[in-house]
Amino acid sequence: MNLPLTIKDTKEGLLTKKFSAVELVDEYLARIEKNKDLNAFLTISGDFAYEKAKVVDSDLQDLPLLGAVTAHKDLFLTKGVRTTAASKVLESYVPEYSATAVERMKKAGAIMIGKTNCDAWAHGGSGENSDFGPTLNPWNKKYVPGGSSSGSAASVAAGLSLIATGTDTGGSIREPANFCGVVGFKPTYGAVSRYGVIAMASSLDCVGSFGHTVEDVETIFNVVKGSDGFDSTVTDEKYEKKNGKLRIGIPKEYFVEGLDKEVEKAVLSASKVFEKEGIELVDVSLPNTKYAINVYYIIQPAEVSSNLGRYDGIRYGNARETFGAEAKRRIMLGTYVLSAGYYDAYYLKAQKVRSKIIADFDKVFEKVDAILAPVSPTPAFKLGEKLNDPLKMYLSDVCTVSANLAGIPALAIPSGFSQNKLPLGFQLMGSRFSEETLFTLGKLYQKSINYIPKLP
Amino acid sequence: MSKLTKADVLHVAKLAKLNLSDAEIEEFLPQLSSVINYVGELSKVNTAGVEPTSQTTGLTDVFRDDEVKESSLDQNKALSGTDKIYNGYFKVPAILEGRTDK
Repeated sequence: MNLPLTIKDTKEGLLTKKFSAVELVDEYLARIEKNKDLNAFLTISGDFAYEKAKVVDSDLQDLPLLGAVTAHKDLFLTKGVRTTAASKVLESYVPEYSATAVERMKKAGAIMIGKTNCDAWAHGGSGENSDFGPTLNPWNKKYVPGGSSSGSAASVAAGLSLIATGTDTGGSIREPANFCGVVGFKPTYGAVSRYGVIAMASSLDCVGSFGHTVEDVETIFNVVKGSDGFDSTVTDEKYEKKNGKLRIGIPKEYFVEGLDKEVEKAVLSASKVFEKEGIELVDVSLPNTKYAINVYYIIQPAEVSSNLGRYDGIRYGNARETFGAEAKRRIMLGTYVLSAGYYDAYYLKAQKVRSKIIADFDKVFEKVDAILAPVSPTPAFKLGEKLNDPLKMYLSDVCTVSANLAGIPALAIPSGFSQNKLPLGFQLMGSRFSEETLFTLGKLYQKSINYIPKLP
Repeated sequence: MSKLTKADVLHVAKLAKLNLSDAEIEEFLPQLSSVINYVGELSKVNTAGVEPTSQTTGLTDVFRDDEVKESSLDQNKALSGTDKIYNGYFKVPAILEGRTDK
């Protein structure tokens, strides 16, 4: 079977009876089995997939995600299907309800095929903090796929699912998308309900997705966005499209020492593509970028320590002893910065510097419609390379955490490969609720380079 | 920044209700120390007159009507996540111990 790599091709194939949804599930399950060594999945939900596929086949409708075989990050609660957050604490937890995003995608015709591996509780940038073993990069199995949504990115990249969900608290969608050569989208904070998604850091967490094209993550966003009455941070915004000439800002603070030469080249050649398409490039400055990691690694662990406080092993899950090393480290860090005598010096201070980072972005977005930047300072790194040095691992989040601190949307797009045959790419960041503009620019880029998705 | 001590780690572990092994304490102490020292560099940033941010879209006090929704879990579903139940209740570890002064 010639695997369709976009939602549109999948829908067309189904509606014209080129293949059935059951045949699609057959094919994806076979591919998952063949690629077991990637360790992209923690649970396969074949029975649920066939059940849904039969419904799709028996009543073919023009739904937005018709027949789109979907993998959900194992942070998304799925009724009747084990949900672990890749932690031993929830090793045998089977939820009684599904996340809003999961429900909405199902209603829109998506077929859930399984739950993907990730850094436990979404703590990490490499996938190696999973309590169930690391996920491997489909382009080179000696390398990490990025994290924390490691299995979701790997699954889409390797053709084990057409699309996947993820969460992005400090780059957990964009970085693995970048390392695996797929599109990853983090929406504006408050655009998509987090109901039923295991919380990491509540002032930063966003629910987003992976696909091969910008069009596909846009389609998913239009299905999952909007209030559900269960997440009070969600607002129903009017996403207005910007008309007229668009301008892209290039922030000098993202092109400093430590940035890999090939990554830099990839971002600059993307800027040339936009320029050729009539987009004006503007040099901009985000001077407080250098404090983003400091702010993030105070606020995020603080909120982690609070959110993970609920896991007492009484109503569900195992006792706190079963937390892995990274979860324990973050709980400890967070508890420390919130503890008596340290709150003002760390947490309150970080919240103030966060305001300065936000003010930087607000100022720049008065002049430009989007910001173009690297996603990670380097392409995918080797498994084990940063595992024993948490600070070194944290520092690789330098290009992604600012968007979370500011609550702005960001879109990671692949652009090609390094000499080592590892994926390269870039990200576009926009002002709050400017998703339409990001999608317009992203689609323009993929059209301009005549992007054709391919599998390893 | 003051240096993180073993006593700090034990104190924080107690606050966080984590029982750490000696090996974990030994592993975490230098790791947490280096992260605390790194993030502590923020003390050099001038934030005079800057308001702290905890919510990025400017929402405050979101209310809803106080009504029972259909989606609430019934007792059986609410208890389905554990084997440690008794007569329709969750069983919890004792928090009081026998008195030692008698």
